[in-house]
Amino acid sequence: MAIGVKTVRRPDSNTSYLRASLSGMMITLKHMVNPKKVTLEYPDEKPELSPRWRGTHVMATHDDGRPKCVACGLCPTICPANCIRLVPGEDDQGNRYPIVYEIDEFRCIFCGMCQEVCPVEAIHVGQDYENAEYTRERFIYDLDRLMAQDHPVSTLWDPEDVLGQ
Amino acid sequence: MHEVKPLTGLAWLIITHIKILGVFTTVMITVAMLTLLERKLSAWIQDRYGPNRVGPSGLLQPIADGLKNIMKEETFPSASSAFFFFLAPALAIIPSLVTIAVIPLAAPLPTRWGVVPMVLADIPIGILFILALTSLGVYGIVMAGWASNNKYAFLGGLRASAQMVSYEVALGMSLIPVFMIAGNVTLTQIVWSQQGVMHLWFALPLGLSFLLFVIAAFAECNRLPFDLAEAESELITGYHTEYSSMKFSMFFIAEYSNMLTASALMATLFLGGWDIPGSFDNMRMVAPNLIEGAQPAVWKTLLTLGAFALKTFLFIALFMWVRWTVPRFRYDQVMHLGWKVMLPTALAYIMVTGTTILVLDQMGVRMGGFLGGAYGWTLVIVNAVCTFIFVRLLDNDRIMSGSSPRIYRSMQTPAGVRIESRTAANKEPQPRHQEA
Repeated sequence: MAIGVKTVRRPDSNTSYLRASLSGMMITLKHMVNPKKVTLEYPDEKPELSPRWRGTHVMATHDDGRPKCVACGLCPTICPANCIRLVPGEDDQGNRYPIVYEIDEFRCIFCGMCQEVCPVEAIHVGQDYENAEYTRERFIYDLDRLMAQDHPVSTLWDPEDVLGQ
Repeated sequence: MHEVKPLTGLAWLIITHIKILGVFTTVMITVAMLTLLERKLSAWIQDRYGPNRVGPSGLLQPIADGLKNIMKEETFPSASSAFFFFLAPALAIIPSLVTIAVIPLAAPLPTRWGVVPMVLADIPIGILFILALTSLGVYGIVMAGWASNNKYAFLGGLRASAQMVSYEVALGMSLIPVFMIAGNVTLTQIVWSQQGVMHLWFALPLGLSFLLFVIAAFAECNRLPFDLAEAESELITGYHTEYSSMKFSMFFIAEYSNMLTASALMATLFLGGWDIPGSFDNMRMVAPNLIEGAQPAVWKTLLTLGAFALKTFLFIALFMWVRWTVPRFRYDQVMHLGWKVMLPTALAYIMVTGTTILVLDQMGVRMGGFLGGAYGWTLVIVNAVCTFIFVRLLDNDRIMSGSSPRIYRSMQTPAGVRIESRTAANKEPQPRHQEA
């Protein structure tokens, strides 16, 4: 039985259509005059998201605008939907950086494992749900787009208790 | 009796046209606002806001809906019979708009050119005209169902015809006590007999008639406990499944103006029409130049118009309130209620009321007096007894019952031993084959 479902005992005698209808009408009247509404007037009001909400990704950046990603390749490895394409590169000092970093948001199942596995806390899933586009191609987010995303990121674990103890 | 200047010639012509235009426009605008009210009420009942985007708190929504419906593509089912497919919406909408013409809307209005009766057509057959024209409305629905060449529409049309024909009988029969007391079928005369003769609104002395009339009117308007013709969940939308654009809208307008007329009729027949308690507004046009009762005045006209609108609105609100509360009857339940409950009750009530009136007349009790007097209150008591008996008989599993008592009754064993324990029966309804 689902939560919050009230089981009503069905009467097997002395039932009354009129009495039942009238009491039903009293219930509807009570709701009619009740000023409390359940509607969320969406474009004007927005729902409060859980801190663990997992939406489209955000790539964290350094202060100078470079991506934090070190192109270690953990996120494409762990991604169960295989939606991350990463081509790693290395600069003169031997620092690794992503040449191509693309996430296909259509393939993504928003499990958040890329954020969990990232050693430098570069890739995050974000608290965002308004991601409509006109074409399918627009759903493949490249590195610039990921860095430009400015919505808050998801908190997958309590920052004070990372191991869950 | 006041002698007044009759409306004549050009003034009569112009004022009549203004009246027609005014009533028609008011009905159309009211119908538009009723669609909004229906959506708003349903929303409030379901803890929602309802349409609130177009105009201040959604007040312009009907205009947006109308525009949308006009701009929409008209579709024609390929194998429909085009002539009847076109004719049906017109046949549905015309009777529903015409019937308002005979309903008196307010006290006569004095003008510079004479006293104007606030009814479009005070024809002597008043209510019979309404009954006749509402019967025509069935043809529109049946034709729509038939011409669409769609099985759902066809079923809707069939159901509508059976239901509306059945309930017309009960509707007519429930009105006979009213005619017996008023002694007339003209609606202005019925209003007068409530305010000027009886001094009591017919809802009290003829309450059972009122109840039966309200139920039958719900069925006639195809409103929710009886909306088998539409039945969204079973028949898509029944007879207007294949209609789109303005033709669909016309069925919609017809439904709502039927509801408006039915509400106005209930107010006129049973709640004293435009009468306000107190005798200051008791008046009627006896002849074009003769007024019986109080002196006409503009403020009286406006006040009584307001009272009439309020009474009509009450019934409309009831229509909508019931719609969003009560689920639909099954087809056999509708027929059962119409033929086996409403019709015999109406006939029996005619007998009872007729006998009471005969006895009162023979005893020489005069109609009228303060708040109905002895005549009125005798009828009120007789009616209270009748209504009580009717409700007792109707209820408590006798004539109408919910489904669960029937289920438990059907669970009786062949030997007739009933499952005794209510709690046991509720927890584990034993299947029949095990008992047999």
